[in-house]
Order: sequence, then C-alpha cells, then structure tokens
Amino acid sequence: MKTKTKKSFNSNTLLLIITIVLFIVLYAGGCIAYGAKGFTHFQTFLNILITNAGLICVACGMTCVMLTGGIDISVGALIAMDCMMLAVGMSKGIGAVPMVLLVLLVGIVFGVVQGFLVGYLDIQPFIVSMAGMFFCRGMTAVICTDQVSITEKINPMFYSWANAKVIVPFGGYTNNKGKYMAPYVRPGVIVALLVLVAIFIVLRYTKFGRSLYAVGGSAQSAAMMGLNVKLIKMKAYMLSSFLCSIGGICYCLNTMAGSVTQAAGLEMDAISSAVIGGTLLTGGVGNVIGSFFGVLINGTISSIVKTNGKLASSWPNILTAGLLFVFIVIQSLFAALRARQSSR
Amino acid sequence: MEENVVLTARGISMTFPGVKALDNVDFTLRKGEIHALMGENGAGKSTLIKCLTGINDFETGEIHIDGIDGPVKNHSTRDAQNVGISTVYQEVNLCPNLSVAENLFIGREPLTKLHTIDRQSYNKRSQKIMDELGISVDVTQNLENYSLAIQQMVAIARAVDMECKVLILDEPTSSLDDEEVEKLFTLMRKLRDNGVGIIFVTHFLEQVYAVCDRITVLRNGSFVGEYPIADLPRVKLVAAMMGKDLDDLAEIKKEQKDFSKEPMEIAAKGLSHAGTVKPFDLDIHKGEVVGIGGLLGSGRSELARCIYGADKAQTGTLEVNGEQVKINQPIDAMNKGMGMLPDDRKAEGIIADLSVRENIILALQAKRGMFRQLSRAQQEEIADRYIDLVQIKTASKETLVKQLSGGNQQKVILARWLATDPDFLILDEPTRGIDIGTKSEIQKLIVKLAGEGKSVLFISSEIEEMLRTCNRMVIMRDGQKVGELDHELSQQSVMKAIAGGES
Repeated sequence: MKTKTKKSFNSNTLLLIITIVLFIVLYAGGCIAYGAKGFTHFQTFLNILITNAGLICVACGMTCVMLTGGIDISVGALIAMDCMMLAVGMSKGIGAVPMVLLVLLVGIVFGVVQGFLVGYLDIQPFIVSMAGMFFCRGMTAVICTDQVSITEKINPMFYSWANAKVIVPFGGYTNNKGKYMAPYVRPGVIVALLVLVAIFIVLRYTKFGRSLYAVGGSAQSAAMMGLNVKLIKMKAYMLSSFLCSIGGICYCLNTMAGSVTQAAGLEMDAISSAVIGGTLLTGGVGNVIGSFFGVLINGTISSIVKTNGKLASSWPNILTAGLLFVFIVIQSLFAALRARQSSR
Repeated sequence: MEENVVLTARGISMTFPGVKALDNVDFTLRKGEIHALMGENGAGKSTLIKCLTGINDFETGEIHIDGIDGPVKNHSTRDAQNVGISTVYQEVNLCPNLSVAENLFIGREPLTKLHTIDRQSYNKRSQKIMDELGISVDVTQNLENYSLAIQQMVAIARAVDMECKVLILDEPTSSLDDEEVEKLFTLMRKLRDNGVGIIFVTHFLEQVYAVCDRITVLRNGSFVGEYPIADLPRVKLVAAMMGKDLDDLAEIKKEQKDFSKEPMEIAAKGLSHAGTVKPFDLDIHKGEVVGIGGLLGSGRSELARCIYGADKAQTGTLEVNGEQVKINQPIDAMNKGMGMLPDDRKAEGIIADLSVRENIILALQAKRGMFRQLSRAQQEEIADRYIDLVQIKTASKETLVKQLSGGNQQKVILARWLATDPDFLILDEPTRGIDIGTKSEIQKLIVKLAGEGKSVLFISSEIEEMLRTCNRMVIMRDGQKVGELDHELSQQSVMKAIAGGES
C-alpha cells in the first residue's frame, strides 16, 4: 500500500509545491531585506490579500475556464464596467444592495453570452472574450467617461463596507508609541477567501468540477463519455464572469471609484497567476490553490518593490515575466519527462 | 420484433458531401451474440456505428431497441447510453489527465448526501471492477501513466459497467498484443453469456473466427448479407467484402534476390537512444525492403525513429549513400532523402482540417523551405499524380482529409512522402486498421517502389505481410536488435526469432 501513495505523488502536485515554496522563499526574502521597513508584520501579508481580493476571485474563475482549455480576457474590462455601474448607479441614488445584485446579474448574463458563443457556436475563446473585452470597455465609457467616486455622502452603506475592518485575533504588534496594532482585513478578503474555498470544493468534489477537467483533457473523449461538453463550456464562462463580477465588487470596495481605464491588464495578471500556480493553457491540469498562490506571488513582488520605494514601478512586471518564464520551462520539462516515462 | 432481438436497424441511409455513405442498410443484433460487422475501408461500418450511437444523424430508416416502444433516434452518445448502447473506439476516448476511476465513473459519479462526489466509494468500486476483469491497475493513478493497451481495457471496463444491452467494439484490438486480445475475448464471451449483444468491428479475420457467432458484411455503403459464422468461410468472407472472387494477396511474390552487391543506402553503426533502443547496426541496400519484426513495444518504431532523427540518436554513426551524416531532427533526414510514415497517424501524420492536396504537398513544401513556395498549378499536378498513383478514394483533391476513411487517410500520408521522392522510406505500420484490398495495394506499391531502386524499412505487426514484401528482416526484442533473417524467411523462423529461446 505504501508504494501506491508514493506513486500518486505526481508532477502536478510537485508544481503546486514548487509554487508554494517559491512564495515562501520570496516572502522570506522580503522579510529579510525589508524587515526594518515593517515587511515582517503580519499586516503586510494581509495587505497583499486586501489589495488583491478582487484578483483572487477573477483568478478562480480564470482557472475554471483555463481548465477547459479556454481563456477569458474580458475580465479586466468587465471589472471596469462593474465599478462604473456601481459608482454611477449609486451616485444616481440607487441603494448599494440593488446595485450589487445588478452587477452580479450582469456578470451572469455576460458570461452566458460568451459561454454560448464559445460552447455552442464553437468560436475561439480568445476571439469571443476579446470581443467581450472591447464591449465592456466601450460600455464603461458609454455609462460615463469621467471618473466617478463613491463617497460617504453618495452611499453610506457601501462606504461603510469599504472601510469595515475585520480584526484578525492574532499576529498583531505593538508600535513604537506603545499602541497595540491589531491586524485586520477588509470584507473583500473574506468574500475572496469564501470564493476560493467554494471553487476548490466545486473543482474537486462535484460533477461539474470534474467535468471541467475532463473537457480540458480531451473534449472529444468527454463527449464520447456522454458529457454535455457545450453546456459545460458555457457554464465555465458563466462562472468566470460571475466570479469576475464578485471580484469587481471587491475591487470597487478598494478603489471606491469607477473609471474607464480601471483594471487595465488585470486579465493578464489573472492568467499569469493561474499559470504560475500550475494551470496549463492547454487545459485539464491545474487548481485554484495554485492560482491563489500565484496571486500571492504577484502581490508579494509588488509589495517588495513598493516597500523598497526606490525601484521603478515597472519592476513587478519584469519579475513576473521572469517567473512566468521559469514556470513555463518547468512545466514543459515535466511534460517531456512524463512523455518519456509513458513511452516506456 | 423477433424474439430475443435486442437491436434492429432497417433501411438506414445517410449521405456525406459527395458520397452516399450508407444506402438502405439493415442490421440485426440478438441477445447474447457476438456479431462481426465486416467490410473494407469506406464500406460504411464506422458510419453505421455512428448512426447507432447518435454521432451521425441518419436520413432515412428506423432503429428499434428491445424494451423501448417506437423507433429510437439518438442525438448524442449520452442518448445512446441511456438506451443501453455503449461504444469502445479504436482510438481511446478517455481523458488522460483524470484517474482511472474517474474515467470509469465520469458523468455518473456516486454522490454523497451533500451532493458532492463520493471519491472513496467510486475508487473502491473501480478497483473491484478492474480486479474482476483481471486488469492490474491502481485506479487512483492518472490514466496517462498507463500504456495504450491498458487504456483500451479501461475504456471497455467503462462500457461494461454501464450495464449496456448493446456493446459496440470498434477496432478495439488494434493496439493490444495477443495475450491482451485473448483477455478481451474472454471478457467478451463472458458478457455474451450474460446476454449482452456485442457488435465487433475488426480487420483481423482470425479474430472474427475466434470469437464471433454471426457476420454482417457491408460493401460501399450497402448491405451485402448476414451470415452465421459456420456458413461463411474465410475466403467467402473476403470475397463478400471485396465483391469479387480473387485471392489477390497470393499474387505478390517477389523473386529472391541477393542485395549484398548493391550499393549501400543506409549504414547505421551503434545507433541508440537512451530508454528506447539499445545500440544497433543496420545496413540497407538500394532497392531492398527490410522488415522489422518483433512484438508491440519491442522497439520497432523506436529503431526507425532513431534513424530518422525523430528521437535523436545519442550514440553511433549513420551513413547515407556512403557519406557520414549527422541527423538531429527529421528535417535533416528529409534533406538526406528519407521519408517516414509514422504509426500514430492521428497524432503525427494527418492534418484533418486541410485538404487532400494540402496534406500531400506538406512534406515536399517543408523540404523546399518556406521561401520556395510550390505554385498552385504545381501543387495540383502533384496531388493529382499521387492520388492516382496510390489510388486515394476521394471526391476531389480539395476534399478535407477528415472526410476520408481511415485507409484513405493512410494513403494520403503515404502520398505525402512519395511526393518528396525519397530514396529511403520508413513505413511504420502502414497497413494498420485498413482493409484487405487496400493492404494488398499498399504492399504491391512497396514492392514496386523497391523495384525502382528505393529502399524501404517496413514495420508491421503482421508477419505474413512482411514475409510477402520484405527481402530481409530484422528482429527486435526489448529494445534490442537480436537478429537478422534473410533467405530462410518463413512464418516459423520469424516467430522463433521473435520468441527467442535457448537454441
């Protein structure tokens, strides 16, 4: 029995472990280099979560789509549209709750349309979601071309959500004035973590989740085995846009504004997080825990660069590029290794 | 409906663009029988099966299934499964990235009370199913970790476990070795005795006679007849399939010729590739056909891939035409006048979405480089010439390759390599999965090419076929070249050499 468990330790698990180890190394490196600037505080880590709450939701959805072998590059623009809808809607006097529900509904409808085009009409996901991206970006400008801020006056309820602190009962420190600083997160983080757990369970323990892997492994085989590949693909895109809208709300809670250029390139952050987390662009391999750590790695890089204060803001991009490169090489090495093993 | 009949198809017709694929075909399957569906490539076997399983929509005709009132028309494999029709195809249709157990249960996983998948329960059930079928696998492992043969068995296990009334096996034995085939037959007989109706499609005649009870023959999309096995001896079956009475296969008989005086085309010394082939020497003379014999997985293809540079040789030297060459990748080999027809035509050969013409000129264009484009007129001329030469049955040269039958796709790849005018041609299982008529055509073509001074390295699982075409045979065992046979080529001597042994 022992040999069995040893064997099932496959290269995909190894990729995930490499990602996690890399995050720990990176973070430890940050702590050592910038400990004096407060990098060691638990709050620094929580700030990464707070900043990236929206991205975590988006990355979860992106992972689901990528598992089917697809891609969704509309997410950044959809977030901009979500934020703009929230900002303009609330400044017109509509309540926070109806606006949030409206945004979620729009996300679902948008996802169904994209999913229908990809799944039932068999159009390239890249093209479909690129059209979606242009549509959302355009609609954002149609709603309003100016930057619209959400202030306390406009909507006190939304404002209170944004500024609510959820105190974490451990890991605090006493600052140099002798005051205890309790670590906290924003509500967005709680939402993001709930999404993460939910999608983890969906992918691992539900029929729908496993069918995403099956479609990504071989769509033809999945169809032959009686799965409804078209519907599964459509649901994946629906899920992605829905999670993206949840992410959009989290994102808006951070920025408290709507603007046309908001969240530009966020789709690429989501894709790179998923890839660093071990999700293959070809589909069938990956999981949200990896993507979560992918987001954390990206967040840590930005945080280190920010803490340093002297490095140009373009450095996170370059570091992410390097990491992506390393990960793609490792993945293809594993793939080659596996091909060699199975040919024996 | 007749007693104990489980499936009847009456008057099924279906047209593909330009081709009448099925014309008024009848088929009857009884409970507890193994029923062979025979016919040459393009006879409509696959199309008929796809009509039964809901992949193709047939135009006219009716299908009735025992226990269901009224005609049944399936629109998807799922529909087919719901009415009790399961299918196992030649190419394994499972997901390599999922575990064996998941592949068995996907789409119908047992659920816990929380409506999540009950992994433990289906892992346990899967292991039990596989143990019962005598297939030794760890069901929690990903499918990709197992050989093609095991994957095929998993596919069958899945179909069996669906409690089907009708089990369709479409060329299931192509990638199995003798022992595995026997295991499969045992399983098929067991299922038959349990009352399952089995439709068995294969090209191996001996397998039909080993396991089947009844044969239905199709030809050119039409129904030829249904026969109990005892009433249709082999010769008659072949005649029925081909629509003529001839023993074409006996015609190919080359005269024995001594090639040792001929100039050397290929001289390999100590070539090897770690993990696949141990160092080997191989000389091939001009105009000679050399066969590689051995069991599946003995390193036959790997030896060829090593010469061709598909797996870069790590040791040894290779001379082509007496000149030492370095081959790092297939394009180097092509430039030295080699061509290779790979055995996995789905993955390595055919480009299904391109036309016949485009597929044929592909290798020639690659050899010329992208700056020396073949003109359209040249392309068409080449395509026409080779469609004619290897007799590809296609509506036109612009037909997409995916619309051709398997045997014709194989011919397209052959044409592709012939178009590069190679001096040395490697053919890896060129006749696998194609019908007897086409097989003998390809064999004749090989002999003809050799007559024109080309050298051929020929790999096949069918010894008889190699005996007919080869001048010399190399025997492989466990990745090692263990011997060569020339003048005393016979079924027995080859079998003996493959099996090895003390003497």
